[in-house]
Amino acid sequence: MTHLALEDRDRRVLRGRDGRAGQLAMEIVVEMAEAVGARQLVDVESAHVDGCLAIGQVSADFPELLAAHGGRVAVPTTLNVSSLDLLHPDLSERDAETRDLAGRVMDAYLALGCRPTWTCAPYLAPDRPAFGSHIAWAESNAIVFANSVLGARTNRYGDFFDICAGLTGRVPLAGLHLSDERRARAVFRLHGLSERLLASETLYPVLGYLVGDLTGTMIPAVVGLPASVSEDQFKAFGAAAASSGGVALFHAVGLTPEAPTLEAALAGRAPELEIDLTLEALVAARDQLSTRERHALSAVSIGTPHFSIGEFSDLRRLLRGRRVNEAIRFYASTGRQTHAQLAERGWLAELEALGVQIVTDTCTYVRPFFDFGGGTVMTNSAKWAYYAPMSVGVDVTFGSLAECVESAIAGEVARDDELWRPSP
Amino acid sequence: MNPSRQHEGRPIVAGEADGTALVLQEPLSLAFGMSLETGRVADIRAPQLGALITGQILVMPVGRGSSTASTVLAEAIRLGVGPMAIVLREVDEILAIGAIVARTLYGRGCPILVADTADFGTIRTGDRIRIRADGTYTIEPAVAAPKPGG
Repeated sequence: MTHLALEDRDRRVLRGRDGRAGQLAMEIVVEMAEAVGARQLVDVESAHVDGCLAIGQVSADFPELLAAHGGRVAVPTTLNVSSLDLLHPDLSERDAETRDLAGRVMDAYLALGCRPTWTCAPYLAPDRPAFGSHIAWAESNAIVFANSVLGARTNRYGDFFDICAGLTGRVPLAGLHLSDERRARAVFRLHGLSERLLASETLYPVLGYLVGDLTGTMIPAVVGLPASVSEDQFKAFGAAAASSGGVALFHAVGLTPEAPTLEAALAGRAPELEIDLTLEALVAARDQLSTRERHALSAVSIGTPHFSIGEFSDLRRLLRGRRVNEAIRFYASTGRQTHAQLAERGWLAELEALGVQIVTDTCTYVRPFFDFGGGTVMTNSAKWAYYAPMSVGVDVTFGSLAECVESAIAGEVARDDELWRPSP
Repeated sequence: MNPSRQHEGRPIVAGEADGTALVLQEPLSLAFGMSLETGRVADIRAPQLGALITGQILVMPVGRGSSTASTVLAEAIRLGVGPMAIVLREVDEILAIGAIVARTLYGRGCPILVADTADFGTIRTGDRIRIRADGTYTIEPAVAAPKPGG
């Protein structure tokens, strides 16, 4: 059994120097440190809170308890999506009780000094965590992006621990905060994919879904990705892998900062699992992401995780000024920062005129509040496809962004089957 | 094997429990994979879709996916539809914090234990598991295996 050595400043907080809220948060940090067998705590530079989504009474009870005891964050702390879109309050129907709970949760986290970012993609903001910095982020897609693409260090933190880390600025020095724990344990190799598929945005959520399912909680290294992979593609890959598996960090060999070579990603050790990923396996994974094919289309939902300005640029290019079919509800979720950029560029009014409903502060799948029209919902997000059948009870058709746009214009599911054919 | 042999587990969230095992073959995300209305497995991809979690000792390798699982576990405990205890093969911090917060706010526990891989593999749905606060536990098979020739 390892022994946790606390510093004097931690003991002072435990004795109540920062008040009851800080004491309670530190008690929880210490209990978690003992649970994971950490020998010491480490300072974090920022926290990202996922617990601000109102799931039930407990979502309000915990931050309200901390706020009632005068809690105040010790490090910059951003907030994930909530249950309300404050910029578009009438977009979705909610009863008074639900609105009240969601508002209480949001107010409590603001009272603790968190920043009203309301986004699941905090890494899209300019002040990103630096390579090697310790952070305490919750929200599985943000965790995997920060670790893998930025090379910052965070464990898979859950709701409630996120705010405890924000209040104390301390987390157990364990897991992915330690260099040795960041090595890949599973290797996935891509074979025989066409150049067109490798360049397509839709390969990445499908690949992430498949890798996450196969690797579970082992850190995967992916070999064979092209140098052209964008941050948006890594974002889609990570969000999918963190939904189907417990993936908090991946290495893309030759592309992500801790994987200049496969040997470096593996830290010179042998992998415990090696799998060649074929086109057939990817096509099967893509098919698993749809609950029903060719069912009448009634909605499209994109922006899970929150759309970046680059993804909105792709959306405009694909729309080419054409209007979404009147029978189709078309939702695009994004953060306030990107929303402001859309407004500045004049894209907001243009997209809305074409039938795109921008959603901010929340996401369409997290609570069953959006009108999807009763038919199948098309999405380019593997994460949305994975959760929405359960969380909002809809049928899902998964497709590329181009397929989503063409389907939305046609008013029925339109497929580009060429994309997933073997290369000639 | 002595069915009541004492096993050494690692208490992640300490506590006592005496109940019946529900063994999930695959990791489950409680985030959207457990219904707070019914207390049952709600993940449409889960092999044991519909299995009752409420009051059982939930046995699975580890959780998966969303950070929201902490909130769902804590809310399930608050509502009285949560598992009696959880036995894992790997530490899962997302589940641990949910149980800690429920205990802090409502005084209701859900002990979480990490079992040795070998011991973990012997647990079957229906087995009676008794967990002590120090992390030791016993597994009592639901039905003794029939002996050849009676």
